[in-house]
Amino acid sequence: MVNYDVVVIGGGPAGLAAAIEAKNNGVNNILVIERDRELGGILQQCIHNGFGLHIFNEELTGPEYAERFIEELYEMGIEYKLDTMVLEVSPNKTIYAMNTTEGILNIQAKAVILAMGCRERTRGAINIPGTRPAGIFTAGTAQRFVNMEGYMVGKKVVILGSGDIGLIMARRMTLEGAEVKAVVELMPYSGGLTRNIVQCLDDYNIPLLLSHTIIDIKGKSRVEEVTVVKVDENRNPIEGTEKIFDCDTLLLSVGLIPENELSENAGVEIHPLTGGPVVNESMETSIEGIFACGNVLHVHDLVDWVTEESRRAGKNAARYVKNQLASNGNIKKTYAGYGVRYIVPQQVRVANIEEKLHLMMRVNDVYNSAKMVIKLDDEVYKRIKKNHLAPAEMESISIPAKDLINRSFTTISVELEVEEA
Amino acid sequence: MEKQNIICIACPLGCKLEVEHKKNGIDDYIVTGNKCPRGKDYGIKEMTNPTRVLTSTVKIKNAHLCRIPVRTKGEIPKGLIFKCMKEINKVEISGPIKVGDIIIKNVLGTGIDIIATRSM
Repeated sequence: MVNYDVVVIGGGPAGLAAAIEAKNNGVNNILVIERDRELGGILQQCIHNGFGLHIFNEELTGPEYAERFIEELYEMGIEYKLDTMVLEVSPNKTIYAMNTTEGILNIQAKAVILAMGCRERTRGAINIPGTRPAGIFTAGTAQRFVNMEGYMVGKKVVILGSGDIGLIMARRMTLEGAEVKAVVELMPYSGGLTRNIVQCLDDYNIPLLLSHTIIDIKGKSRVEEVTVVKVDENRNPIEGTEKIFDCDTLLLSVGLIPENELSENAGVEIHPLTGGPVVNESMETSIEGIFACGNVLHVHDLVDWVTEESRRAGKNAARYVKNQLASNGNIKKTYAGYGVRYIVPQQVRVANIEEKLHLMMRVNDVYNSAKMVIKLDDEVYKRIKKNHLAPAEMESISIPAKDLINRSFTTISVELEVEEA
Repeated sequence: MEKQNIICIACPLGCKLEVEHKKNGIDDYIVTGNKCPRGKDYGIKEMTNPTRVLTSTVKIKNAHLCRIPVRTKGEIPKGLIFKCMKEINKVEISGPIKVGDIIIKNVLGTGIDIIATRSM
């Protein structure tokens, strides 16, 4: 058995930022465990630019963003293990991991930070009928093949789902000489950021088919064609609107799922809407001393917000190790009201808030001109005017601790007040 | 007179701009649909001289992967993107490379270098 103060599971942007911040806050005995052969996580395959606008005030590519944190981790002398798979985290914070050089590892941590990220939904998750030929990839898998391994995954491509990775891959495949025939989106709006629709699709005249889906895949050994159909407002296919697309490749960008097998086995409570742990103001899960941050907690659209959230987790893990975190006391709840899909954190212990409480949330539809209403119980605390809200764009609200400390309430809620467009 | 419809990406609002180019001796651009001055600037820039940062990969030997990511160190004219891809695809380098190392100097005479975006 080896002992560490803080063990971080996952060496992507969340794990790196959390480990660095824990060290910055006076904890020296830290270990980062990464299952891949290098640190940086999915950023290493995201070679496009647009990262770091909020954190570094400049536009970086994924690998550049990752390298800044990796270098910092090296300089601080934080320990890490690569090619190491965590098998189990126990509620008393014992970690079982393994790799090919050390065998089974038995590690005791005072605090654990879960930073395992998320994975992509696959064809099986959305049940597309048809044959099972080669040439069907999740967009992120294709991204890794093209950008890191140097394999081109196809020549004539259809993309299902307009999440950011799908949009980015539409451009990437086009640049590498493929013909991207269409991006097909089930919803009446895109799941990706506007700038990606403009710079990845419009720039290359790639059609975006909203309210469409794929109902059939044909092909014997390789994809030969897919059938695209228009859907009605209940997302049911409309007969007679079928269009056949001749293609050899189908990329899926149909959502991300936080990867919480380890968390669930540890007994951490999982929120049904985020798919990630229920956490409090300190990013601490339902098990004391186990923290979570990044895409394992809820799926983010910008890595900058992952970094910010993970720094909070790292700092609070350090406070926990130093016994500076009040473990019990008065627990307030957050509540997602009308138009808001979820709020992270779900629980708030006011005594632990340093300066500001940060709430992150997503709305459930596209709203132009709405107000976000923050309430402490039934009392309106603040109204924030928003010109544009969309499910693809995470919203955040900060509430100064002084506004919460001497007030009696049980619930902080956020709801939308929608004006007529 | 030519017209172009552009979605503004100066902020997440995504205004639908219409940019009209009038040639009455001098060039005049009229932007409509924008909700702020940044939209006007964006619309005119997109109509007159659209530029982009291009990111891709080049072949690398003597490294733990066979591709290294690169980007233009600054924006290049949108019309040169595919020509620039051809230049990038001709290159084959050998490790070790540091992030920021110049891979192609002054690509296509744009004054912009292609640089490595990670160390390998």
